[in-house]
Amino acid sequence: MKEPVHIGRHPSPKPDLQRLLHEVALGDQEAFATVYDAVAGSVLGVARAVLRDHAQSEEVAQDVLVEVWRTAPRYRPERGTAINWILTLAHRRAVDRVRSVEAAAARDTKAAQLEHQPAYDEVTEQVERRLEQEQVRRCLRTLTDLQRQSVTLAYYRGLTYREVAHALALPLGTVKTRLRDGLIRLRDCLGVTA
Amino acid sequence: MTTTDLHALTGAYAVHALHGEERAAFERHLTGCETCAQEVAEFTATAGRLALASTVSTRPVMREQVLRRVTTVRQVPPGTAPLERVRRGMRRGRGPARWALAASVAAAAAFGGGAVWQYERAQDARHETAEAQQRVADVAGVLTAPDAASRSARVAGGAGTIVVSADRDQAVFLGSGMAAPPAGKVYQLWFADDGKMRSAGLMDPDRGSQTVLLKGAVDDASAVGITVEPTGGSKQPTSEPVALLGVPT
Repeated sequence: MKEPVHIGRHPSPKPDLQRLLHEVALGDQEAFATVYDAVAGSVLGVARAVLRDHAQSEEVAQDVLVEVWRTAPRYRPERGTAINWILTLAHRRAVDRVRSVEAAAARDTKAAQLEHQPAYDEVTEQVERRLEQEQVRRCLRTLTDLQRQSVTLAYYRGLTYREVAHALALPLGTVKTRLRDGLIRLRDCLGVTA
Repeated sequence: MTTTDLHALTGAYAVHALHGEERAAFERHLTGCETCAQEVAEFTATAGRLALASTVSTRPVMREQVLRRVTTVRQVPPGTAPLERVRRGMRRGRGPARWALAASVAAAAAFGGGAVWQYERAQDARHETAEAQQRVADVAGVLTAPDAASRSARVAGGAGTIVVSADRDQAVFLGSGMAAPPAGKVYQLWFADDGKMRSAGLMDPDRGSQTVLLKGAVDDASAVGITVEPTGGSKQPTSEPVALLGVPT
């Protein structure tokens, strides 16, 4: 039995994160606890997808959640939904960490693994196995192999598009386009609007 | 890189797959390209769905730790968002602002009281250890941030460099070969923010070369000043700054 997913199952997620963030911005720690319960699993999930290391991803997730508290007064609803603000921050921090000095050694290992791993669909398969939402899994399958590999390596592995190009032995321009085309197809399949 | 090339980078940008100069170039392009901005917003929302799909369960202890941590973390003031601040900084120009700031530091030093100021103290030894670890991570985070910008100057017979990440809202000061402060004195760092001085922490008086994570958020600070203060630091500057470095943008 999987843990319940608190958000993302419905177009308008409950609780109302935007209103809660407003209360958090006023220093309301109870409101923050509710926000925590709604997003912590996804924040940790994205950190773990990128970093894979349990200890590091929990550290990053904690920092991101504290950052949500700290910078809640700066959240601007007109720039995007509360959940996307938080998840963008989470992904950004996880990617920062994976590219940081501290992670240099781990990154070298990762690069080495990629060099010796010709079946890049394996990465996609690993990722797909972990996805809890059938819709996302289904939509990822509508992408071409190159699109799916590019999106997966960039988003879930935190590679720059140059690194993706290197890993897939493709020209930069190709990866750039596949990444964009892949996201367009995903966007349309998931019915995302912004 | 041509405009067409830049436009095609919307996907890479939305999933944080651009680095350094490429990212900066795309962000410059983004400010004048509405269709790009719309696409980035949509891709960011799409990426959000990828994140939600990887939701995992969390340990109860993590909840306890985070909820405990936020009781000791001060929130940022509403203020402007980092991007707007950067743009405003660019429009304002650096030269005259720098002199105005030098005057404001000196004025604050001369007139003493009045500056809004908060001095935070570590709660206890255990908290200090956690903070020290956090500082190490934060220093590395700022120095390697894709948007890190730096500025250097002569400081107390040595060299000082300020590195700022607007995204992280944090700054790091790197001093090397600085003369030791007089006995019983320390170097104190300050954020100069619209004429107000906020303490950004103390430097170690026994080390001529050191890397210091500035305490507090950069916020709207437009310069970082360094003064010589009595051991333990001051609530506001009591001497003329030995150096003033404009916050790089």
